[in-house]
Amino acid sequence: MPDGASQVLDVRDLNTVFRTRNGEVHAVNHVSFSLKKGELLGVVGESGSGKSVTMMSLIGLLPSPPAEVRQGQVLFDGRDLLQTDADTLRDIRGARIGFVFQDPMTSLNPVFTVGFQLREPLKRHMGMSKRAANKRAVELLELVGIPDAAQRLKDYPHQFSGGMRQRVMIAIALACDPEVLIADEPTTALDVTIQAQILELVKELRQKLGMAIIWITHDLGVIAGIADRVLVMYGGQVVEQAPVREVFKNPQHPYTKALLETIPHVRGERAERLQVIEGQPPMLGDAPTACPFRTRCPQAFERCARENPARATISPGHDVACFLAGSESADA
Amino acid sequence: MLNYTLRRLMFSIPVLLFISFIIFLILDLAPSDPTGNLPLTIPPEVREKIRESLGLGQPMPVRYYKWCVQFFVNEPLNIWDQYWGTCSFGCEDRLRVVSYVTRSPVVDLIVQRMPQTLWVVGMSYVVGILIAIPIGVISAYKQYSWFDQTGTFVSMVGFSVPPFFSGVLVIIIFSVQLGWFPSIYDTTLKVVSWDTFMLQVRQMVMPVMVLALQTTAQISRFMRASMLDNLNQDYVRTARAKGMKESVVLLVHVLRNSLIPVITVIALGIPAVFGGAIITEQVFKVNGIGQLLIIGIQGGDAPLVQTLTFIFAVMIVMANLVADIMYGILDPRIRYD
Ligand SMILES: Nc1ncnc2c1ncn2[C@@H]1O[C@H](COP(=O)(O)OP(=O)(O)O)[C@@H](O)[C@H]1O
Ligand SMILES: [Mg+2]
Repeated sequence: MPDGASQVLDVRDLNTVFRTRNGEVHAVNHVSFSLKKGELLGVVGESGSGKSVTMMSLIGLLPSPPAEVRQGQVLFDGRDLLQTDADTLRDIRGARIGFVFQDPMTSLNPVFTVGFQLREPLKRHMGMSKRAANKRAVELLELVGIPDAAQRLKDYPHQFSGGMRQRVMIAIALACDPEVLIADEPTTALDVTIQAQILELVKELRQKLGMAIIWITHDLGVIAGIADRVLVMYGGQVVEQAPVREVFKNPQHPYTKALLETIPHVRGERAERLQVIEGQPPMLGDAPTACPFRTRCPQAFERCARENPARATISPGHDVACFLAGSESADA
Repeated sequence: MLNYTLRRLMFSIPVLLFISFIIFLILDLAPSDPTGNLPLTIPPEVREKIRESLGLGQPMPVRYYKWCVQFFVNEPLNIWDQYWGTCSFGCEDRLRVVSYVTRSPVVDLIVQRMPQTLWVVGMSYVVGILIAIPIGVISAYKQYSWFDQTGTFVSMVGFSVPPFFSGVLVIIIFSVQLGWFPSIYDTTLKVVSWDTFMLQVRQMVMPVMVLALQTTAQISRFMRASMLDNLNQDYVRTARAKGMKESVVLLVHVLRNSLIPVITVIALGIPAVFGGAIITEQVFKVNGIGQLLIIGIQGGDAPLVQTLTFIFAVMIVMANLVADIMYGILDPRIRYD
């Protein structure tokens, strides 16, 4: 791989299974992707497509049981995170890979001050004294745009609004200057205006700090403005990967096209009626032997039920898991 | 917080007055006769005289009023004077609530009995809680492990076996068969040396064990449920994502949150434990206030029963207050002003 050195994270053939009382759930199937230094990778897919489980698998955040990472490699800093012992993983989590989760209302511990929760990783990973950690905590809150930072450290999460709490979460994730920030639907639970502010903040922080970001969302519209590259997931698989402009200009997978239809075009004189994708996401009871999207795909044919299409490169940096990709009917 | 506490304290005064009235009324309506335990040779006219001398001839409101004055003004002053050895507001001719049966001041009786109860019951509650919380934490963290299963079984036993049974059982096993511990609690024992201290510990082991089993059974279940609730919360995932050690995640983040409801249960359980101790005190012959209450009831000793019942009522009201205050201290989302 020519640009191997510039990759911070390289995920290969990841498989994650949940063992439940009603049998197995194959939540992540043969997922491969890589993340370059300083890049912003958008991951889209409707809910249940395995986005969160993929990211939590990378870093050992899934409770086991029921989760089991069956197969794969996650290369980070010259080692395979899936083979790394729990203690070393803990040293990496929060220090070199930061997380922001979906619901800022419940992601902070309600009984500790924001300052306490912000100082925790600083003390743990950087060995800071309380005083040094406090100083850094103030800087971090200022960095994420929380006014009156020194005072607010003494406040509890419930004294912050939703948007402010998500800023606090971002501050915690960035506390130890991570190389990778994984943001799992960080704006989904927020109002549209707050959502825009958070997006703006992340763009700005990325400029300042230069970390690589994985931004998970179910909304392609959010991705459009900030991502460099997009990974489309469906049924626990990556169905399309492309630079962001390609995704909007030349989408190949029927699911990606369908997702694009669902973006509301509010800029027009009047908002068009929203398109929805008919049908239900697949049950993931068995390892897939057919295309997971075939039951909802308008262009499905008999081969789709026999084989699960592999990802094939159709142009540099653009690959699709569809038998019709690149052919005439896909462009139709 | 202070404001809130004071307000609650003020509010508890009318509550307690009302309770005292109900207690007085119920005991007054009870068809018991304080002369019932006296020898049958005493003629009826004399019995009537005795009743009158006890103040029973007067109408109920008058007696209630006198009792209130006695209970809320005179007796507290008496205790105050006894404690500090002072004499305030004319202590010479201040009246006392006197037990019908023993003719000794009720408060003195209770003061004599209280230490035994506090030692045995208080100790068992503390021991029970100290055992229960770690059990609850581990059971939740290792849900469905053999430890958890054993804990579930033991709690079920603790819940379902009443102390009058488990008490007698441990007496048979540890006193009669093994001879490790004395079966009767010796109140005259004074702790002056290591040996007497060990004697005291040995005689406390069994009653504490029996009462603690009940406490442990309940509190460990509450603790387990509360921990399980919290272990699934998002903030736990956040703490792990920050790279915190499992011990920190569990004992700092989850424990603090899980204790909030459990503390309430613990505070509210205090009066119930004293109530339950009445039976255990009988089984082990601990002459605490539980036993005193039973003697009082059997002897138709209204002043004694009134006072003790009222003390239980005060404990319940106070336990509620303590529960609320602890709640506010542990949970920053609760603010009482
Ligand atoms: N604890 C669990 N037990 C069983 N199945 C799970 C569990 N967590 C997630 N899943 C399954 O994994 C699949 C992917 O979930 P997730 O990654 O959360 O989707 P999303 O793309 O919305 O983040 C879903 O089908 C879900 O049912
Ligand atoms: Mg998700």
